[in-house]
Amino acid sequence: MPVGISLQAGELRPGPKLGEPADRRAVSSRDWGVMPDGAGLPKGSGTAEQGRVIYDRLCVSCHGPGGLGDSGDQLAGAQMQLTDEWPEKTIGTFWPYAPTLFDFIRRSKPMMQPGSLSDSEVYALTAYLLYLNKIIPEDQEMNADTLVDVKMPNRDGFIRVLD
Amino acid sequence: MTGKMKSAPLHPVAGNGLLDRRLFLQSGVVLATAQLVSGTAHAARREASARPEWMNVPGKPFTPYGQPAEYENEVVRYPSPNRQLRNSGASWTPLHRLEGMITPNGLHYERHHNGVPQVDPAEHRLLVHGLVRQPLLFSVDNLLRYPLRSQICFVECGGNSNAGWNKTPSQAEAGYFHGLVSCSEWTGVPLATVLAEVGVDKKAKWLIADGADAFAMNISIPIEKAMDDAILALYQNGERLRPENGYPLRLILPGWEGVLNVKWLRTLKVTEKPIMARNETARYTELLPSGQARMFTFTMEAKSLITSPSGGMVLKQGPGLYQITGLAWSGRGRIKQVDVSADGGKTWAPAELQNPVLPKAFTRFRIPWQWDGSPSVLKSRAVDETGYVQPEREQLIAAQGRHGFYHYNAIVTWSVEQNGSVTHVYTAEAKQTGNNISIDTDWD
Repeated sequence: MPVGISLQAGELRPGPKLGEPADRRAVSSRDWGVMPDGAGLPKGSGTAEQGRVIYDRLCVSCHGPGGLGDSGDQLAGAQMQLTDEWPEKTIGTFWPYAPTLFDFIRRSKPMMQPGSLSDSEVYALTAYLLYLNKIIPEDQEMNADTLVDVKMPNRDGFIRVLD
Repeated sequence: MTGKMKSAPLHPVAGNGLLDRRLFLQSGVVLATAQLVSGTAHAARREASARPEWMNVPGKPFTPYGQPAEYENEVVRYPSPNRQLRNSGASWTPLHRLEGMITPNGLHYERHHNGVPQVDPAEHRLLVHGLVRQPLLFSVDNLLRYPLRSQICFVECGGNSNAGWNKTPSQAEAGYFHGLVSCSEWTGVPLATVLAEVGVDKKAKWLIADGADAFAMNISIPIEKAMDDAILALYQNGERLRPENGYPLRLILPGWEGVLNVKWLRTLKVTEKPIMARNETARYTELLPSGQARMFTFTMEAKSLITSPSGGMVLKQGPGLYQITGLAWSGRGRIKQVDVSADGGKTWAPAELQNPVLPKAFTRFRIPWQWDGSPSVLKSRAVDETGYVQPEREQLIAAQGRHGFYHYNAIVTWSVEQNGSVTHVYTAEAKQTGNNISIDTDWD
C-alpha cells in the first residue's frame, strides 16, 4: 500500500487540545449510569404495588397487561425456557442484573416521556417487573440496597466472546 | 438490448454457464439485465424527430441541493417501524437497486430506538470523563479543528438479515432483507487523539458511550478498539452527518456491530468494567441451543450477497449473457475472494473484485453468466483475508441454533425459474417459497 501523509488508523498524533475542563457538576449531571454491581443507584424506593399503578398508566399500551408483551417486548410470564423450541426472552428468563433494569427504565422509559419518572417511580416499576417475574415478593421494597441483593435467574447465562 | 453475445468467445469457468470474469475486459460484450417486477418500464419514445423533446426547450436552473432523477423514485429505503411507535425500528437500504460500493447518504440504513433527535450543534458537547486525568468537554466547532481522518467502511446492524433464521425463506427484495448495512466514507477525529488529551488511567478497560437521543442509548466498548481505529465522525461521504445517522457527532468503529457505533454521541465514560446495558445483554446477544447466549460479539463476520439477479427480479430478456453482481464485506479486514455458483453450489468460480478492495468496506463483485434458460440456482460465498469462509445456512444453524437472531451471515441462494423469475430459496433441492417477509420479533 502506498504510504500517505494523512492520518492512518492506529496512528496517534497530538491534537490541538481544545477540550474544556468539565467541573464536578458538569460531570455528575451526566454520570447517571447504573453499573451491574449497583454503583450509581440513587436514593429513593418503591414497591410492586406502586409500580403496578405506573405500569398500567404508562407501559401497558406497548408491553401488554402483566408484561405479557404486545408491540413492545414481553417482560414477564414466559412459558417457554431458553432451551425450548420457541424461547421467550423476558426479564425473568434472560435479563442478567437487577440494577441495570433500573438504569434502562430510568434512561429510556416511558417512550413518550423519557426522563419524566422520579427515581422512586423507577424503583417501583423495577419492583413490579421483578414481582411479575416471581423474583421478589409483592411487598418487598426496592431501593439502592435491596436491588443489589436481587439475584437474577439468568445472571450466569452469558458467554463473553470479546473479539 | 439483446441477450445474445456478439463477438467475445465464451470461457466457461464453472457449471451452468458461469464465464471467465475477464470476459468483461473484451469489447463487444452485450449484457441482458435482470429487472424488478415492480420496476419502471419506460415506454420506448416515438422517434419522430431527430431531437428528443428536452433538446427543444431550455433546461431547468440550478438547485442548491441536488435530488435523484424523478424516474428513480423507487430507489428508496424501506421503513420497518414498530407498529405502535412509528419512530422506532429500522429502515433498509435498497441494495438491489444500487451499484458500486458507496451508499448514498439519503439511503443509508437507519436503526432508531426512539426516533431521530433534533440536536442543535451549537449546544451539543461531548463529555469525556471517568478514569481520566482531566474530564473534558468538546464542542462540535472545536472538534472540527482537530486533524481529521477518513475511512471508507461499512456499518451493519447486528440484526441484519435476521429473516434468514425464519423457517420459510423471505421473499423480500434483497435490500429489504439484507440492507441493514451501508458503506460510507466517514471523516472525523480519531478517538485516540481525544483519549490522549483527557489522559486515560492505566486501569481503564472500557468506554461507556451515551447518545443524545430520547432512548439515551448506551453501550460499552473495549478501550483497545477505541485506541485502534475508532473515529468521532463528523462527516459522511463528504458532507456533515445526516440527522438519522447521528448529526452532529457519532462513533464509527470500523467492522463492528452497528449498535456500538453510537449516534448523537454525548458522553464517553472511561471505566474498568462494562455497564451491561440493555443493548449488550437483553438485546444484541445470541442465544445458543444450550440456553446460554454469546455476548460482546462485536465483529461482523464475512458476508456476501448477489444483488442482481436477486429476489423479485425477472430475467425478462430470456436466455443470454447476464452480469451477476453483488457485494461482499468483512469486519475482520479485506475481502480476499468471492466465489459464485450457478448450479446450486456444485461448482464455483471466482468473481472479479472491483477495485478498490478496502478493509471493512463493501467490495463489489461481478461475473458474467450465460443463462441457457433452464432453472438455475445462484449463490455467492465470501472469503476474507483471515481465511474465514462465509458459511452455508445449514452450517450456521448447526453452529448457532435457530434463535441467535443477530449475526446472520449465511450464503444467500437465489432460484431462477424457467420464466426468468428470481426467488429466494434455502437449498437448491427444496425450492420452497413463501410470503413470510416479516421477522419474528417486533423492532422496538
